[in-house]
Amino acid sequence: MVAEKSGKRLNSASELELLCEEIKRSVSARTRTVTICCGTGCLAYGGTKVAQAFRDEIKSRGLESEVEVKTTGCHGFCERGPLVVIRPENILYQRVKPADIPQVIDETLISGRVIDRLLYTIPGTKEKVTYEHDVPFYKKQMRLVFGANGYIDPTVIEDYIGCGGYAALSKTLFEMKPDEVVDEVKKSGLRGRGGGGFATGAKWQSTREAHGDPKYVICNCDEGDPGAFMDRSLMEGNPHAIIEGMVIAAYAIGAHLGYIYIRNEYPVAVKHAEKAIAQAEAMGLLGENILGSGFSFSVKINRGGGAFVCGESTALMASVEGRVGEPRAKYIHTSEKGLWDQPTVLNNVETLANVPLIINRGAQWYSSIGTANSKGTKIFSLVGKVNNTGLIEVPMGITLEEIVYGIGGGIPKNKKFKAIQTGGPSGGCLPASKLDMPVDFDELTRAGSMMGSGAMIVMDEDNCMVDIARYFLSFLEGESCGKCVPCREGLKRMRQILDRIISGQGQPDDIELLENLSETLTWGALCGLGGGAANPIMSTLRYFREEYEAHIIEKRCPAGVCKPLISYNIINEKCPNCTLCIKACPVGAITGQGKKLPVILDQVKCTKCGACYDVCRLGAVEVR
Amino acid sequence: MAIKLTINGREFQAEPCDTVLTVAKAAGVYIPTLCHSEAVSDYGACRMCLVEVERRGRKRLVTACLYPVEEGLKVTTDSEKALRVRRTVIELLLARCPGSAAVKEMAAALGVTESRFSIADENSKSDACVLCGLCTRVCAEVVGASAISLVNRGTEREVALPFYNEAGDCIACGSCAYICPTGAISLVDSGNKRIISWPQGTVDFAMKACLNCGTNYAPVRQVEFMARKSGLSPSEFDYCPDCRKL
Repeated sequence: MVAEKSGKRLNSASELELLCEEIKRSVSARTRTVTICCGTGCLAYGGTKVAQAFRDEIKSRGLESEVEVKTTGCHGFCERGPLVVIRPENILYQRVKPADIPQVIDETLISGRVIDRLLYTIPGTKEKVTYEHDVPFYKKQMRLVFGANGYIDPTVIEDYIGCGGYAALSKTLFEMKPDEVVDEVKKSGLRGRGGGGFATGAKWQSTREAHGDPKYVICNCDEGDPGAFMDRSLMEGNPHAIIEGMVIAAYAIGAHLGYIYIRNEYPVAVKHAEKAIAQAEAMGLLGENILGSGFSFSVKINRGGGAFVCGESTALMASVEGRVGEPRAKYIHTSEKGLWDQPTVLNNVETLANVPLIINRGAQWYSSIGTANSKGTKIFSLVGKVNNTGLIEVPMGITLEEIVYGIGGGIPKNKKFKAIQTGGPSGGCLPASKLDMPVDFDELTRAGSMMGSGAMIVMDEDNCMVDIARYFLSFLEGESCGKCVPCREGLKRMRQILDRIISGQGQPDDIELLENLSETLTWGALCGLGGGAANPIMSTLRYFREEYEAHIIEKRCPAGVCKPLISYNIINEKCPNCTLCIKACPVGAITGQGKKLPVILDQVKCTKCGACYDVCRLGAVEVR
Repeated sequence: MAIKLTINGREFQAEPCDTVLTVAKAAGVYIPTLCHSEAVSDYGACRMCLVEVERRGRKRLVTACLYPVEEGLKVTTDSEKALRVRRTVIELLLARCPGSAAVKEMAAALGVTESRFSIADENSKSDACVLCGLCTRVCAEVVGASAISLVNRGTEREVALPFYNEAGDCIACGSCAYICPTGAISLVDSGNKRIISWPQGTVDFAMKACLNCGTNYAPVRQVEFMARKSGLSPSEFDYCPDCRKL
């Protein structure tokens, strides 16, 4: 019955409602659904093969009418992929291989038994966890925006509709005036998730009030921060939520055309967005006369040219217009003069995905989550030296400690936490003393970092903060458009200064010079990329100044990272000449002296590759 | 409707579409600029015209060439912060363009005589180009030829002909050389040739000789361009302007 209605144009709010109920009924008719995460992380672990194996096996056993196999977008727990969740119970199997499938079908799907070896084990207590919602990684999250990813096949619009999708759009079009939509978003306290944290409602209002027609809505999916992939996962995993958010925004400001700007490096996101647009158009949820309401809005996809600076609003718009993606000064806001000099609302993927929630459940509910000035949840990508890497969605105000230890499961190999880098390349590094800090827009800014896109990179004692600052700086140097002098010349000089500090050539006044250049970039650069580029340096200077001083004055890298400043040494008492290091050394710098005698490392030959350190199981190699 | 604003404590009146720089210039308040010219659109790249503005109690640095005036705006052109940032910016340019007299002069005016940044730089491809983009803007906006452009990004950025050697759209008018604030582009007329040197290439252009006096009065391409644009017969350009009057 659903199949009959699907793909057909919906002409009213009630037709959408009916379809939603039919889909729900047909889902509950099947006893089981197997969802296989096919987000980028799980795909890399072989998610497609697992999904194919499930489909083949189910088919060969003739179980199609009872078990539905569904490939979904990212579930977030990338560390343990490929992830398989058996619903309705929510049994979570992790690191699943195609060879495991027959057993999963026999035991779990047919006999109802849980397979122990595929369950997630809590590292410390070795306790096995059966259900997805009991895994510590998920337990402390609040997955309002991201949660649907685990239930929806992003290429099937009915999945989204069955989860209550497009109901917010219907409510907007038939029950609300544009001003009421703007008001609701304003009251919700939603702030831009792309980094700036500007009040979304205020942005919509100024675009609505701006003179000029046509007006545009742009969705920014040009995420390029090292370590960030939440926009990608949302666009890949739940594209309809973003489209729904865009149509609501369009209705609120009075736009009839919108663009999704996706970086071309995200081919799956492009594919899913294209498919979603086509499906939504076919069903009358996008395009002319949406749901018979008289309101029309269409969406085009614009693939990014691969420049990080195109995430900057004015550069992005230049790129959409077909010009070189260079930013301009924003003294006249894009809400007044944006795309083709017309009033334009530009929102990030995650911001737009929050909009249907706000409409469905109300501003009051939404603003009850979070802190005084940061409402709702935020999706972070948690990567680096942390046990559970992946995507997490947490309420604003959660502490860094809960993120790193509660959800992230702490630092691998019992190493010491050193810093967490938040906000991407324009963000900053926060030290252990900031772990109890509640995470929201303002707190992060006060601490010298920022929310940014929501990338969180955890660092342990083996990370050198000077080296980290240099990494982000050289990333930005490579991505600077080169238009304004402070950014183009300043970043180059800052990188050169850091290069010489790292190589042991640091000069006493280098720190002052870095601070001076930082100020020049912060105040003098043309756009946000240059304006925020000094943050990695300023924050590491603020919290890890002694590391800079050790490099410059003592010519020493305390973390043992900067090659020119370190040497590998054999601790004679610990070395029984097991010869592992001799085999590992690519340049023959280590020689044995015979049984039970320590090996000898020739410092002249040593290239400091660290292979000996990595292979030694006895701790007989040390970095000095 | 006139807008009232103050620059360095003095009150001025301006039109709504004016920028801080236009108002300051008209009032005789000096703000250094490298990438600004009244002939072309403003760009905001050199950052020399950074001034401090105060609006609703909030202070920030903005580029005077782009910032539109507004009622009650307080501008300080020589605030401590603006001067400090401007000095570091010119110091960066001084290290980039040690050969440019114009940069040296502007630096000296700001009290900067040497740069803390090493001048010997393996990546330095140009001795004088500050990448202000005046040449490319004048070529595109005024001449309408778009023969040169800024290519690559970041520290790799440079002014270049298409594919570094195609002067196909250049009409050899020399506007780029005239507008260049640092002398990075040069133009020499020598006999029947005009030689233009951009930071990334030098091209010789043939000159047109006057049928009457024989003077090489303009580049052939420029004459062709003028004929095309004006719709006049090419024969109208057979004589140099002096002979045509006779």
